[in-house]
Amino acid sequence: MLALLDLQLFPEQASTFAGKVDALYFFSLAVTAFFTLLIFAGVLFLFIKYRRKSEDEVGAPIHGSLTLEIIWSVIPFLVTMVLFAWGAQVFYVGVTTPEGAREYLATGKQWMWKFQHPEGHREINTLHVPVGETIKLTMTSEDVIHSFFVPAFRVKQDVLPGRYTQVWFEATKTGEYHLFCTEYCGAEHAQMIGTVYVMEPDEYQEWLDGGLVIASSPAASGKELFHQYACNTCHEAQGDTRRGPSLSGIAGDEVVLSGGKTRTRDDNYLRESILRPSSNLVDGYQNLMPTYQGQISEEGLGHLIAYIKGLDQDVDTTAEAEAAESGDFVSMTDSTGVSRP
Amino acid sequence: MSDTTARKIDPAPEREMPKEHYLNAGHGIKSWLLTTDHKRIGVLYLISISVFFALGGIYAGLIRLELVTPEADLFQPDTYNRVFTMHAILMIFFFLVPSIPATLGNFLIPLMIGAKDVAFPKLNLASWYMYMIGACLTLFALMKGGVDTGWTFYTPFSTTYSNTYVTTVAIGIFINGFSSIFTGVNFMVTIHRMRAPGMTWFRLPLFIWSHYATSLIMVLGTPVLAITLLLVGFERMFGLGFFDPALGGDPVLFQHLFWFYSHPAVYIMILPSMGVISEIISAFTRKPIFGYHFVAYSSMGIAVIGFLVWGHHLFVSSQSMYAGLIFSFLTMIVAVPSAVKVFNWTATLFRGSIAYTTPMFYALGFLGLFTIGGLTGLMLGSMGLDIHMHDTYFVVAHFHYIMVGGALMGYLGGIHFWWPKMFGREARGFFPHMSALLVFIGFNLTFLPQFVLGYLGMPRRYHVYPEEFQVLHVLSTAGATVLAAGYALPVFYLVWSLKFGKVAGPNPWGATGLEWTAAASPPIQHNFESMPVVTEDPYVYHPPKPRKEGGAEPVPAPTA
Amino acid sequence: MSSEAATQGHPKGLAHHFETFEQQKESSFLGMWLFISQELMFFGGIFAAYVNYRVLYPDAFIAGSQQLDVGIGAANTIVLLCSSFTMVYAVWVAQSGYDGRHFRRLPVLGERLADNRWQIVLGLVGTLFFGTIFLVVKYFEYGSKFAHHLVPHWDFIPPVSSIPEPETTEIFFSLYFAMTGLHGLHMVVGMGIMVFMMIPMALRGAWDTNNHNFIEGFGLYWHFVDIVWIFLFPFLYLVGESVGKIT
Repeated sequence: MLALLDLQLFPEQASTFAGKVDALYFFSLAVTAFFTLLIFAGVLFLFIKYRRKSEDEVGAPIHGSLTLEIIWSVIPFLVTMVLFAWGAQVFYVGVTTPEGAREYLATGKQWMWKFQHPEGHREINTLHVPVGETIKLTMTSEDVIHSFFVPAFRVKQDVLPGRYTQVWFEATKTGEYHLFCTEYCGAEHAQMIGTVYVMEPDEYQEWLDGGLVIASSPAASGKELFHQYACNTCHEAQGDTRRGPSLSGIAGDEVVLSGGKTRTRDDNYLRESILRPSSNLVDGYQNLMPTYQGQISEEGLGHLIAYIKGLDQDVDTTAEAEAAESGDFVSMTDSTGVSRP
Repeated sequence: MSDTTARKIDPAPEREMPKEHYLNAGHGIKSWLLTTDHKRIGVLYLISISVFFALGGIYAGLIRLELVTPEADLFQPDTYNRVFTMHAILMIFFFLVPSIPATLGNFLIPLMIGAKDVAFPKLNLASWYMYMIGACLTLFALMKGGVDTGWTFYTPFSTTYSNTYVTTVAIGIFINGFSSIFTGVNFMVTIHRMRAPGMTWFRLPLFIWSHYATSLIMVLGTPVLAITLLLVGFERMFGLGFFDPALGGDPVLFQHLFWFYSHPAVYIMILPSMGVISEIISAFTRKPIFGYHFVAYSSMGIAVIGFLVWGHHLFVSSQSMYAGLIFSFLTMIVAVPSAVKVFNWTATLFRGSIAYTTPMFYALGFLGLFTIGGLTGLMLGSMGLDIHMHDTYFVVAHFHYIMVGGALMGYLGGIHFWWPKMFGREARGFFPHMSALLVFIGFNLTFLPQFVLGYLGMPRRYHVYPEEFQVLHVLSTAGATVLAAGYALPVFYLVWSLKFGKVAGPNPWGATGLEWTAAASPPIQHNFESMPVVTEDPYVYHPPKPRKEGGAEPVPAPTA
Repeated sequence: MSSEAATQGHPKGLAHHFETFEQQKESSFLGMWLFISQELMFFGGIFAAYVNYRVLYPDAFIAGSQQLDVGIGAANTIVLLCSSFTMVYAVWVAQSGYDGRHFRRLPVLGERLADNRWQIVLGLVGTLFFGTIFLVVKYFEYGSKFAHHLVPHWDFIPPVSSIPEPETTEIFFSLYFAMTGLHGLHMVVGMGIMVFMMIPMALRGAWDTNNHNFIEGFGLYWHFVDIVWIFLFPFLYLVGESVGKIT
């Protein structure tokens, strides 16, 4: 019957993560089926066997059994603990981006998805990625809450205004996959959809080279902005100044803030530090930096952060550049410091 | 009086309606609109929530109709968004939350515990007026053009971006909240202070226990929703900034505050239904509920732990993973008392004397559907699965299994069970059986395909969708027509029975409980001719001949 | 349902569905405490929002708090405590049946006040008096916020510039208006009940030593509203006190 209707019951598995979710799903389906059948069969059997035979018949005065109560409290508890622990483990994998990911920027707005590749290519409602590589999206919203969902990859993450969220996946199969917005975002919510194109690496490279308008990479634009906003007057590339800490190689580090708290310098930290510097004042520094809230676009902010995160490699490339002066070849694009696989 | 003879079915074929009862204690519209009689208020609620159920049902039908095809052919996107929002708001706030407590609870709690009325009769009437004012305001907003935020009112969409009647509807729900709070306060005080002599806590019917747990949530949860919606209203009306990201506001704060009420609200819907099921199963197996204490305590357990699980709606909202772990763990814990209940009900059937009646069919339907709903809820509470399932049709199917398959089945079962008590006449036979069957089949046809759809990735709140989802959507819509027939049927035979149904007599089912054994059908205005005295546990059905085998012999009741 | 009140053997002041005064009294108190617990959750919601933002933007909250006048807030706290005192007096009179004989010697109204009913009214009027003072002071405080451009959305200029996220002070003032506004609204409702229900009831002699649940329950409500203020005062006025002035 289902085959006649050509009915699909399970979505395609197209990422390394999908199998992990599906394994848990099949386990929990089995648990559900077992207990559902147990209850259905039990009810049906008892319902027929103990039907009332005469009008004044009454049931046996059974009041309960402590043993049974314990059994059917403990067994469900253990089953739920398996679901909890397994689910937590899968979730942990789902939110922990592996090292060396290709970093894309994504912006949700009513009602479209905007993406930017590490090389600077921009897309709207389509996303081209190479197969077999870890892709990380750093996402934010320009208006309301959206949610990035690719069923074939089993990944989903809300996209919030005013902060960054991350999602990662590694596609395992080339093809075209649905991209949905799953947080209700207004009139055209159902049209805030797109397609993820997973391509062979060489095809992807061709696509990248294939005549699309190439803007400068996020990090390169970030570098321009860094100078445009004169960030470099206080944050020199190498070494701390009296006015501001160095930004070289800080991404992902732990930092001690004034007041003694420590924080990881992740994307959200950098974002807050640009927009509302006093909220993350580094220990030993004065509250001098002006706020950039409302003065820099979401996109520009993403570029600046991409630049700052690449700064340690920038130092390396400075050395390379010196080497280049002495005759060695170095590609210009690498000086932007984008982490490339 | 808990007199054993009262439990025997009256063999007289022709019974007569009692001369005086609460329905003819006063005449005219004023005697209804100014009544403080808990039974009449229950009937007022019954009529009003039925109207809102019908309205919400029409919206549900429109949703299913639109989803037959992948294109937008019935509605513009704006219209569809209003339709699903109004479906949810009407069904949740104006039907499901008041459904069993406000109708059956109001009618039965004083009867079951042997009181003349609830503790605060005027407050009880006020609660109905609050409900009506809130409902009318919402209807007004609906006629002006409705609201498109979804019932969840997520910020900043609801505060800054939506240009529909958000504030009006929020105020409507806010006012309706008073109705819930008044009902909850009234029930708790009534159960604490108004019990008849001898009615100890563990002689209370399980219906009372579940309503006590429900009232706890109503009293402590509803005000949090009230302040949350007020903050949204303040932000829209006065421009105060609470959730606006432009000012540094935190939109996720809203989600925490909202779900702090709205997750326990699910237990407001399901707990009373569980109480109904306990009563029905005991009455139609003619034996005590297996593990009475465990069923009673599990109601309280669900209510209390239910307050601590709201964050499982926020696993992918950028909530910290550690918070997620705690919420996921507690979500799993809350499943245990629910499982205990289901097992106890099933075990009650063992060696019972099971009558094939409409309420019993509904109750057994509840058992099956609630089991599926509960287990799929566990999947959603498992964080790794929730990443994929969050905000898809899997969630839609899951909560319909709980709210419709659970709460609504219980409500309909309860209405059929206590109908003879409420109106003195019976509604039995082919059509009631058919309605239970149609609801069960139609429900599964409608919502089982949605689990599949959800796992395939169909997101919620989409009016257009990729073509490969169409077959399942068509199946679901087909099921919805069966379901609609199942819901429409009772309207006809229940109304018919009011005039033409067989006169029921005080205890047509031969059940225990003060409402059956000590009160007439329909009861008199002050419920009992004289103050009942309780001398034994609930659900004691003395066997006609003592059986040799079996569990503990019931203690014979001393004559009161 | 006036016919039931006259049911044979049912004492005056005992509602038809209660068996004893004891039962009526306990029901009334339990009901009131439950009502107060829901009020607690209601204010709890907005306090949760406050805590959330105070943790996110501590500077803005200090700066915002420093714009409020601690002197006025403290004075209002005392005024509100006085209103609680007069409320307690009214409740005590109703409970004890005190006949006000000590007031007989007063030159004005002395004869009038030497009466249990008028003593209750005296307590209530006193409560109303202090409540009104509180609200009048609050009115002028709100007015000064308009003068200093501190009203969110309508007329807001961040009062400080040295903190780098001055716009978040608007959240502080949004919370300030919402919290004090809701508190004030609770007072207005309470004062309405006093004027339109309780004073007429007191004069009618609705309460005696047997049956004074209404006024006692109302007393609980009034004290609760006071206690909310006791929390609002440090949360809003004092958080900026121990820290240096932010400009």
